[in-house]
Amino acid sequence: MFSATGITKAYGAVQALDGVRLDLRAGEVVALVGDNGAGKSTLVKVLAGVITPDAGTITVEGRPVRIATPQDAQALGVSTVYQDLALCENLDVVANLYLGTERRRWSVLGHIAMERAAHDLLTSLDVRIRDIRVPVAMLSGGQRQSVAIARALIGEPRLVILDEPTAALGVEQTAQVLGLIDRLRDRGLAVLVISHNLADVRAMSDRVVVLRLGRNAGEFRTAETSQEAIVAAITGATADER
Amino acid sequence: MNAETLTRGPYTPKEAVARLRRGDLGAWPVAGGLVVIAAVFGTLNEHFLSPENLTNLALQLAATGTISLGIIMVLLLGEIDLSAGSVSGLCAVVMTILYVKQSWNPVAAIAVALVAAGVIGLLHGLMHTRLHMPSFIVTLAGLIGWQGLLLYLLGQGGTINLPFDGFVSKLSDTWLPVWPAWGLVTALIAGWAAAAVIGRRLRRAADLPVPPVYLTVLRIGGTAVLLAGVVTVLSADRGVPLLLVLFGALVVALDLVLRHTVFGRWMYAVGGNAEAARRAGINTTRIRVLAFVLASVLAGFGGILAASRLSAVNQASGGSDILLMAVAAAVIGGTSLFGGRGRPYAALLGILVIQSITNGMLLLNVDSSVRFMVTAAVLALAVAIDSVARRASTR
Ligand SMILES: Nc1ncnc2c1ncn2[C@@H]1O[C@H](COP(=O)(O)OP(=O)(O)O)[C@@H](O)[C@H]1O
Ligand SMILES: [Mg+2]
Repeated sequence: MFSATGITKAYGAVQALDGVRLDLRAGEVVALVGDNGAGKSTLVKVLAGVITPDAGTITVEGRPVRIATPQDAQALGVSTVYQDLALCENLDVVANLYLGTERRRWSVLGHIAMERAAHDLLTSLDVRIRDIRVPVAMLSGGQRQSVAIARALIGEPRLVILDEPTAALGVEQTAQVLGLIDRLRDRGLAVLVISHNLADVRAMSDRVVVLRLGRNAGEFRTAETSQEAIVAAITGATADER
Repeated sequence: MNAETLTRGPYTPKEAVARLRRGDLGAWPVAGGLVVIAAVFGTLNEHFLSPENLTNLALQLAATGTISLGIIMVLLLGEIDLSAGSVSGLCAVVMTILYVKQSWNPVAAIAVALVAAGVIGLLHGLMHTRLHMPSFIVTLAGLIGWQGLLLYLLGQGGTINLPFDGFVSKLSDTWLPVWPAWGLVTALIAGWAAAAVIGRRLRRAADLPVPPVYLTVLRIGGTAVLLAGVVTVLSADRGVPLLLVLFGALVVALDLVLRHTVFGRWMYAVGGNAEAARRAGINTTRIRVLAFVLASVLAGFGGILAASRLSAVNQASGGSDILLMAVAAAVIGGTSLFGGRGRPYAALLGILVIQSITNGMLLLNVDSSVRFMVTAAVLALAVAIDSVARRASTR
C-alpha cells in the first residue's frame, strides 16, 4: 500500500539514508530496527513529511505521491506518534485527543460529542482509564502512551508510525501498549514501529526491516526468524539473510 | 463497554489523599485563608465585618481585581505582564483627556482608551513572539515607557479631575437597589441550575457518566447562599455597588470563555505544552498575541475603574503597588506561574485576600510596613503551594 524506494538523504557529509526501500501493507505491523544512527528516525521523518529526501519515490496504492509537509502526510493518512508524546499534561484525555481538531459550533466546544467519541474510541482500543476527564498528568506512562496512540487515530489514518512506543515503560504497561498495537493491526491499519527492544519486536511485529548505516540490511518474517539472525543483521555480522 | 471507564463517582478517600499530596487543593486553601482573615480582623475590630466596611472592601477590590484578571491571561501561558499597572494608568489618562479636555462623549472616550490599551498589548505580543524577546523584558520596558508617556500626557498640571456627577465617576457611585440585586442573583442561580439540568440530560442521552446529584446541588446551593449573604450584607448599607457587578461579570464571562471555547482550550494548551500545541496545528503565535492584548485591555479597564473611584487621574495613577498587588492576587488565588493552570476566579479570591488584609490592617492602624510583610508571607505561601504541586505532578 505504502511503498518507498530509493530513499536517499544526506546531512552534509553524513549519508543518513542511501537508497532505502520500505513496503507497508494494511493490517501488517512492521518493526524498523537498527543501531543508533542507522537512519530509522530519518526514514520516519521522510514518511511524515518532516523532511524531504534528496532522491527516491513514494507511492500509495501504486500512485506516486509527494510528501513535502506534515499536512501532505496527514492528507495521505499518515499519522505519527513521536517519542516525546506531545501531550498537554494540564489538559484532560478528551482535550488531548481532540487538540487542534476540536468539535465546535461557533467556536463553542462540543464537550459532550467529544467525550462520547473519545469514550468510544478508547473502549474500542480496550484502553482502560477510570476517568477520562482528569488531567493527563495523573495518568500512568502506559496510559499516556495509549492516549498518544489513540490521538493518532482521530483523523482516520491508514498508516500509523510509532517511534519507540515502549522505551519508557515497565513490563505491565509495555504489555498494554503491545496489545494496543495488535488492535491497530486488527483495524486494518498499516503500522510501522521503531523499536530497540527485540523481545517487543518479536511480540508485536509481522515483519522486521533492518537498517544499517543508512542502507537496507535485511528483512525478515518475524515468526520464521531467530533473534540471533536479527541481531546479526543489525550489527553487520554475517548471517543468512532472506 | 468496560465498566471501568464508565464510573465517575466522587473520589475515594485514598484518591482524595493522593490529590492532596499532589498539592491539587483547588480553591480550598484560599477560601480557608479568607475565613481565617475574616475571623481574626472581625475579633480585633468590630467595624471590620460591618456592612459599611464590606461595601468599601467591594469598591476597593474591583479595579485591581480587573487588572489581576488580565495578569491571569498571560500567566496561563507561563508569561508575565509587568506593564499592567502603567497601562492601567495610561489608559485612564487617555480616557480622561478625551472626556474632560476634549469634551468627548464618555463612552466614546472609554472605548478609544481601551482600543489604545489593545494596541499596546498587540505591540507587547508582537515584540514577544516576532522578536522572541522574553515577556519579562518586553513588559518591563512597557512598565517604564508607558509610565513615561502617562507623565508626558499629564504635562504640567499633574492632575485632572473628573466631574463628580459625570458618567465615569457615577460608575463607582451607582448602587443596585434591593430588588434588582435579588433579581440578578436569582437569574444567575436559575441560569446555572438550568444549564446543569440540561447538561445532565444531554450527558445521560449520550450515555456518559454524570456527577452525583448531591454534588451539583451542593455547589449551586452553596453559591446561592453565598451570593444571598453578599446581597443581604451590602443591601444593609448602600446596596450592591455597580463596580462589584462589573468585576463579577468579567470574572464569570472570562471563565466561560476559557472553559467552553476553542480559544480558551488553546490558551490552556499553549500554556501546558507549547510544542504539543504547535504540532497539533494550533497557531501559538496568535494565541500569545491575543493573551497580551487581553491583558492590556483588562488593565486599561481596571485603570478606568480606579479613576472612577478617585474621580481623578494624577501622576500616581497605575503606579505604586497596584501591579504588585495584581500579580500577587492572581498567584494567591491559585494561578500557576508556570502556565497552564488557573482560572479567572483566582483574581476574585486573591484580590479578596489582599484587600481584606490591607483593609483590616488600616482599620487596626497597623503601619503599612507590617501590611507589606504580611502580604509577602501570604504570597510566598501561595507560590510554595504552587511549586510543590508542580513538582509533584511532573514526578
Ligand atoms: N538534522 C540532522 N543533521 C545532521 N545529521 C543528522 C541529522 N539527523 C540525523 N543525522 C545523522 O543521520 C544519521 C542517521 O540518523 P537517525 O535517522 O537519527 O538514526 P537512528 O534514528 O536510526 O538512530 C546519523 O549519523 C545522524 O547523526
Ligand atoms: Mg532515532
